Amino acid sequence: MSAIISIRNLSKTFDDGTAALSDVSLDIQQGEILALLGPNGAGKTTFISMICGLIRPTSGVVTVDGHDIRSDFRAARRLIGLVPQEITIEPFENVIRTTRFSRGLFGKPPNDAYIEQVLRSLSLWDKRNSRNVDLSGGMKRRVLIAKALSHEPRILFLDEPTAGVDVSLRKNMWDLVRRLRDDGVTIILTTHYIDEAEEMADRIGIINKGKLQLVEQKDVLMKQLGRKQLNLELQTKLQAVPTELDGYGLKLSDDGMSMLYDYDAQAARTGITRLLSDLAAAGISVRDLDTSQSSLEQIFLTLVEENR
Amino acid sequence: MNWYAIRAIYMFEMSRAFRTVVQSVVSPVLSTILYFVVFGTAIGSRIQTVDGIDYGAFIVPGLIMMTLLQQSVTTASFGIYLPRFVGTFYEHLSAPLSFVEIVLGYVGAAASRSLVIALIILATSTLFVDLDILHPVWMIAFLILTGVTFSLLGFIIGIWARNFEQLQMIPLLVITPLVFLGGAFYSISMLSGVWQTITKFNPVLYLISGFRWSFFGVADVPVAVSLGAVSAFLVLCLGVIWLIFATGWRIRD
Repeated sequence: MSAIISIRNLSKTFDDGTAALSDVSLDIQQGEILALLGPNGAGKTTFISMICGLIRPTSGVVTVDGHDIRSDFRAARRLIGLVPQEITIEPFENVIRTTRFSRGLFGKPPNDAYIEQVLRSLSLWDKRNSRNVDLSGGMKRRVLIAKALSHEPRILFLDEPTAGVDVSLRKNMWDLVRRLRDDGVTIILTTHYIDEAEEMADRIGIINKGKLQLVEQKDVLMKQLGRKQLNLELQTKLQAVPTELDGYGLKLSDDGMSMLYDYDAQAARTGITRLLSDLAAAGISVRDLDTSQSSLEQIFLTLVEENR
Repeated sequence: MNWYAIRAIYMFEMSRAFRTVVQSVVSPVLSTILYFVVFGTAIGSRIQTVDGIDYGAFIVPGLIMMTLLQQSVTTASFGIYLPRFVGTFYEHLSAPLSFVEIVLGYVGAAASRSLVIALIILATSTLFVDLDILHPVWMIAFLILTGVTFSLLGFIIGIWARNFEQLQMIPLLVITPLVFLGGAFYSISMLSGVWQTITKFNPVLYLISGFRWSFFGVADVPVAVSLGAVSAFLVLCLGVIWLIFATGWRIRD
């Protein structure tokens, strides 16, 4: 894969002195889904807004398919579709005219067949003559996506695409995003929902306090940073963890019938063998055991916490 | 040049005008008829002629100019303010557009809409008075020049305004008084010397005077001065808009 977006030393400091983004460099590969995670105010929206032309960078260079976003902004922006975080939509226009308008803004000749295809793919065709103000929240969000797709972009930015939408619509959106990726569209999304990133992304970037802390393939990230847990089910109830086992950081369940042991799966020594041996020496019988991997959410929280 | 974008903005704005036809067309036409009834009939019966022109006919250029100024400013300011207020302006900023296309789309639509209303009022006025237009080409030229210039002013107001109150402040508190004091319903020759001098500082006087000249061949100020004043204001508005987009003032952080 080749980079379709190249970002070098991108920074933004607002007039009031707030440094919203500091020295971010990143290559986004063609056809990938990149999820950007970060707490509120981390700089995710500022990052997207700069690439899309809504905010002027203070410094740094961004090229989209080789076109500089400032000196060659027309060519760069033609390739990009943006779905903003807020539901911003002309209230009294109808769905199809709003979508046609967006296509025109991006310099594309009218193509009603394509607009129909987009609206059908978003289950909006039946609502094409409805006024935007009369649509449900989920439908309005889909109209925003239709507008962003109306000019056949090769890159789609989705800023919190499923914020405030119900579970079934979220699943539909995920399917849509996957279909777009299958069609060759590069997708960059920001999200608060870790499961969304875990479910969809090829790569994950974590932004915190205006800095890009990490960008990694999702699988690699989970493998490298994923803590594993060993759950030990006990034969008999324990009142407390014996003091000779203090070094393992074991957590006893409330009912005293199980213990949790956190370990680093990538470490040369996980300590499991020694733990089992020490448990036997302490006279604790294990009835069953199983392991589980930490979720992306736990990884994210750990990273953000470390940089607090 | 992104012609499709200009077309898209223009058509979108014009379709809004058709959607709100009562507010856009019927309302200004009704107001004009009321002005004819009050000024043309009630007051006009006491003032027979001004500069040798029947008073009812004399006020027609002023009425048209008043509506044109108000409509251009209001339509253009609302046109650009609405996407800013609703939040859809992000699309303009993220689209492959320069300020030229945005201005052409919005100002073009506002000017077209106000010109249509001005022509409707002109047609309506022929129901009340006999009109012979001495310089029809110049009349159209003045209409277009004024419509475009004040649509540019409206565009600036729409960018400047942070709320609906500010949006209406300039048309209500500046444009309307200037029109009333700029000779819409009288000739400045009817004023005393001091007031004549003061009135010459009112820029709207030059618009109405030039426009009235295109109808009757009489003017309060030389027509070349009128043309120069409108053109200078046009250039000033263009300069301000260029500065707004160059600096991103109130549109882009």
